[in-house]
Amino acid sequence: MEAAAILAQAGLSADDAKAANAAIGAGFAYGLAAIGPGIGIGYVVGKAIEAMARQPEAAGMVRTTMFLGIAFTEALALIGFVVFILLGL
Amino acid sequence: MLALEFPPINEVIRWRDLFPTFNKIALIAVLAALITVVLLFIASRRDPLKAPRGVRNLVEAVVDFIEGIVMQTIGRDGLGWTPFLLSLFMFIYLCNVPGIIPPLYMPATARMAIPIFLAVVVWFIYNGVGIKHQGFFGYLKSTGFPPGVPKPIYVLLTPIEFISVFIVRPFSLAIRLFANMLAGHLLLVTFALLTDAMVNAETKQALLVPLSILPFGMQIFLTAFEVLVGFLQAYIFTILAAVYIGTAMHPEH
Repeated sequence: MEAAAILAQAGLSADDAKAANAAIGAGFAYGLAAIGPGIGIGYVVGKAIEAMARQPEAAGMVRTTMFLGIAFTEALALIGFVVFILLGL
Repeated sequence: MLALEFPPINEVIRWRDLFPTFNKIALIAVLAALITVVLLFIASRRDPLKAPRGVRNLVEAVVDFIEGIVMQTIGRDGLGWTPFLLSLFMFIYLCNVPGIIPPLYMPATARMAIPIFLAVVVWFIYNGVGIKHQGFFGYLKSTGFPPGVPKPIYVLLTPIEFISVFIVRPFSLAIRLFANMLAGHLLLVTFALLTDAMVNAETKQALLVPLSILPFGMQIFLTAFEVLVGFLQAYIFTILAAVYIGTAMHPEH
């Protein structure tokens, strides 16, 4: 209520306030959604490189599995990106 | 502050109809399908006894690549799925690549229609394969009740497995392709707009024009990056389709 009063004083309508909140929410949605998958993909790729360095002859199989792992991990970040598009643009 | 006006999302991904019900996205999709058909047709007509050259050589490399994916994910008895996965891969790749080709500049997969359709096709196929190889109830049992788990865990595990296999899989498959391509497209739009705004700024500050090399360089880097992403997304879509078909065929792992 207080926020609405302040916004009314600043000459902002309810729609403007809604758009502003949506923009802030979109930014947080994408930023927060990127944290976990960022750590996760780093972990997956790091372990895969470790495995490839230990056993270069298994590199092909490790690479395939690495891409699968990346694909599953990345899905969460991409859902966050879709939410960002839906809210923010 | 730069006067940077980002256009609404509909202007970025929507195109004027070339004629009613047919726009540039549809044109790209039709072209991708046509190029796939023509390439494979030309490659299949050559004499198989001679050493491959030109188009046939290219297509053989792609077929080898897809066969490698099938061998790694399904196994020898899955080689019958190579033609399907091959056409899937080539179609998605040729839909992704126009995102960086100058007169087109739009990946057809950046609209939800094509990815969701492909994902639904894959959904029907892997469920069909599962039902064919294990029978209807056998497929449900191997999906919902994976072996080697203590009994009480099934209360928690079975609903999760069912939701993930029958609902989340097609959505994540479609959203992965769609969101990757749309994100790349939006990045290219952003840096193109930034370069344009810096070159044509009204304030006429001396530094703005030479500094516009920064977003322009980023634009070039992102274009090179999009080449990689377009290939990688087609590869991941294909390999996930193969993995889903493989798990439906061989439930034990």
